Amino acid sequence: MPTATSRGDLISRRDVDFLLYEWLNVGALPARERFAEHGRETFDAALDLAEQVAAEHFAPHNRLADTCEPTFDGERVHLIPEIGAALAVFAKTGLLGATMDAGVGGAQLPSVVAGACFAFFQAANVATSGYPFLTIANANLLLTHASSELVETFVRPMLDGRFLGTMCLSEPQAGSSLSDITTRAQRQPDGAYRLFGNKMWISGGDHELSENIVHLVLAKIPGGPPGVKGISLFVVPKWLLGADGTLDARNDVALAGLNHKMGFRGTTNTLLNFGEGRHTPGGEPGAVGYLVGAEHHGLAYMFSMMNEARIGVGAGAMALGYTGYLKSLRYARERPQGRPPAGKDPASPQVPIIEHADVRRMLLAQKSYVEGALALVLYAGRLLDEERTAPDAAARERAHLLLDTLTPIVKSWPSQWCLAANDLAIQVHGGYGYTREYDVEQHYRDNRLNPIHEGTHGIQALDLLGRKVGARGGAGLTALVETITTTVGAGRAAGGELAPFADQLAAVTSRIVDITAALGAEPDADACLANATVYLEAVGHTVIAWLWLEQALAAHGRDGAFYDGKRAAARYFFRWELPRTGPQLDLLAALDRTTLDTDPAWL
Amino acid sequence: MNIVVTVKQVPDTWAEKKLDAADKTVDRKSVDNVMNEMDEYGVEEALKIKEAHGGEVTVVTMGPAKAVETIRKALSMGADKAVHLTDDSLHGSDALATSAALAKVISTLSPDLVITSSEASDARGGVIGALLAERLGLPQLTQARKVTVDPAASKVTIERQADNGYALVEASLPAVVSVVEKINQPRYPSFKGIMAAKKKPLTTLSAADAGLDAASVGLAGAATSVVTAVPAPPRSSGTIVKDEGDGGTKIAGFLAAQKLI
Repeated sequence: MPTATSRGDLISRRDVDFLLYEWLNVGALPARERFAEHGRETFDAALDLAEQVAAEHFAPHNRLADTCEPTFDGERVHLIPEIGAALAVFAKTGLLGATMDAGVGGAQLPSVVAGACFAFFQAANVATSGYPFLTIANANLLLTHASSELVETFVRPMLDGRFLGTMCLSEPQAGSSLSDITTRAQRQPDGAYRLFGNKMWISGGDHELSENIVHLVLAKIPGGPPGVKGISLFVVPKWLLGADGTLDARNDVALAGLNHKMGFRGTTNTLLNFGEGRHTPGGEPGAVGYLVGAEHHGLAYMFSMMNEARIGVGAGAMALGYTGYLKSLRYARERPQGRPPAGKDPASPQVPIIEHADVRRMLLAQKSYVEGALALVLYAGRLLDEERTAPDAAARERAHLLLDTLTPIVKSWPSQWCLAANDLAIQVHGGYGYTREYDVEQHYRDNRLNPIHEGTHGIQALDLLGRKVGARGGAGLTALVETITTTVGAGRAAGGELAPFADQLAAVTSRIVDITAALGAEPDADACLANATVYLEAVGHTVIAWLWLEQALAAHGRDGAFYDGKRAAARYFFRWELPRTGPQLDLLAALDRTTLDTDPAWL
Repeated sequence: MNIVVTVKQVPDTWAEKKLDAADKTVDRKSVDNVMNEMDEYGVEEALKIKEAHGGEVTVVTMGPAKAVETIRKALSMGADKAVHLTDDSLHGSDALATSAALAKVISTLSPDLVITSSEASDARGGVIGALLAERLGLPQLTQARKVTVDPAASKVTIERQADNGYALVEASLPAVVSVVEKINQPRYPSFKGIMAAKKKPLTTLSAADAGLDAASVGLAGAATSVVTAVPAPPRSSGTIVKDEGDGGTKIAGFLAAQKLI
């Protein structure tokens, strides 16, 4: 029988502690001024708090929110009450402002620790976590780019949990191609704007979980430059506020309908109509919006939120993979079935399925994916902290460069491989895994969103190959290769099985450098980009192999099952996974044209 | 109101609990340790009383160095200060020795009210409250599901949980009150609380600092000892009743045979 999700089923706290303290040296961060109020005890207390609230208030309604998906009666959206109750507890803890400045009521927690905290919520209930996830990203954007008046009006109530936030980029006809959006913003005599248009796939776009919803909306001001250079960003609240900050008039933002999804069901997903005249604030139609920053710079502002969102998507994918792994591990330890090959006596007791090597293969694969992804996500968080607080400018710049280069991988690798982990978690459960009695089928459905939203897998590939590795004369790739090379040196020095792993990693990395140079010199850009996804996946696997070597080095010389487990997962990744890059790199080296030359008529 | 609340760090509820093979004390090294869940209700009640009447909440614990984590949790929930009694010589103290040590520390704090939980989830003795009251010479109110303090009249009234209702019990202050889970919903620490906890006063006392005689505490001073311990037998498989039209009768027969109906 399935059992309720317990705290130990979310993400291994032992693993989090290992990565934070034994690998990333997070214990040294309080020496920096920004984190001076912190210490190991505040980090641990924050992690304890996150783990406890996630287990007690987020996990219990994960299944219920999936079964009872949101409904719209034409006027109002209905959600199960547990979602609002969980969000109220979340807000009360102060987690919304975890990384923000003390000046705005934040706790100035390092991003790497806050990311680990938030991952417990994503593992417990990724759909309910969607609301604070968007709200935090929204507030961070406004804190960076908006006027103090907008911050005071909208960010404070968001940090108190009274308002929730969204991001409105896509339209029914323009998703990945934002240059084609048609929502327009008409400047008004009073300095505000009125917006008219439709926005599609808006998560958290309507609900009654909060007093107000703060939409960040991309729109074009008539007469502006064409394409993405003419996009501006606006704050468009569901409810307009009076001078004293209380809700005043209903803004002209109307819910056209809910999208009914495969997973992630507790997060409403909406089509919103702006300015259709459903409501008439000030006596006329048009959604009142307030410009963020300068006109026509909206996409750049939005991308500061988008990069954070992409790292968060990778973290969510990891968290779903991780909890699926732990649940399938528990199942494999408890489920008796069959006997070992050498002991077929039917009178002998059956063994737990973990005794079968093929089941261990599936568990080890999951372990290498989810723990590799957790390392990747936390490393990205550590780079955010370096970018913000490293003592010298060169180190800050280098962290920025490295993070910028790795972001498409942080988003896409966990989305692909932790989904694969969920697939294996179902497989470990056998027929039971295909039923709704067990959680793993929901984790798979929830996780299937992650290769799609916040820039699809293919878009991440174009971003990596078309923009990131070539930018600034290839400086991003150079920084990554230098970092990997340092680890290779440490692996060789450590000796034992780590030395051949280091050699293997060095060889693959060197091939990537050569192939990237060849692709960069190739005059046929279409042929290069036709192979971008293979490139993304090969580089992604190489990055995770590097992180496994890093973890094996952190575990080097330490005894016990935990460290043996790290070594086994590293071994698995180097022997079973990294070799997958060979054929991928062959395809790239040959600049394969199969997909490019396929006429659509042939399909 | 000067309120003292006792807390204990115990192995996490969902962890498999074991006894140390060498001295048969609770093995705290191989498991996650947390604040005894019942103590969270005690801390919450102390904070609520302080919020209503003013004053100060002092957390007192006895335990190894690691038990400071539990103190920090109580401080981050909102307690004002803490005393941590920790000494290798205290290891293995039984309830009698523990209560003697705690009473020694608490008496120096001159509390108006001492709050404990009904029991800790590791040993589940449930006697510390009573032993403390005896040693401190204070009235004891047990199984409180509601606590009302009247500082002006210097008295405390509780609703004492009983099988078929509750009894109203009153005592003069100072007093020792032990609480049950029904009494409240413990708050979570907040980030602000976590940051503030770092700066709150924490006094760490050795056995000597507390004026304890090393021979009277710890394994050496224990009046009781664990002679032997065996793991609980695994749960045996259940009885399967096959319904052939008489399932109800068979289940009733089974329950009757177990003297359950």
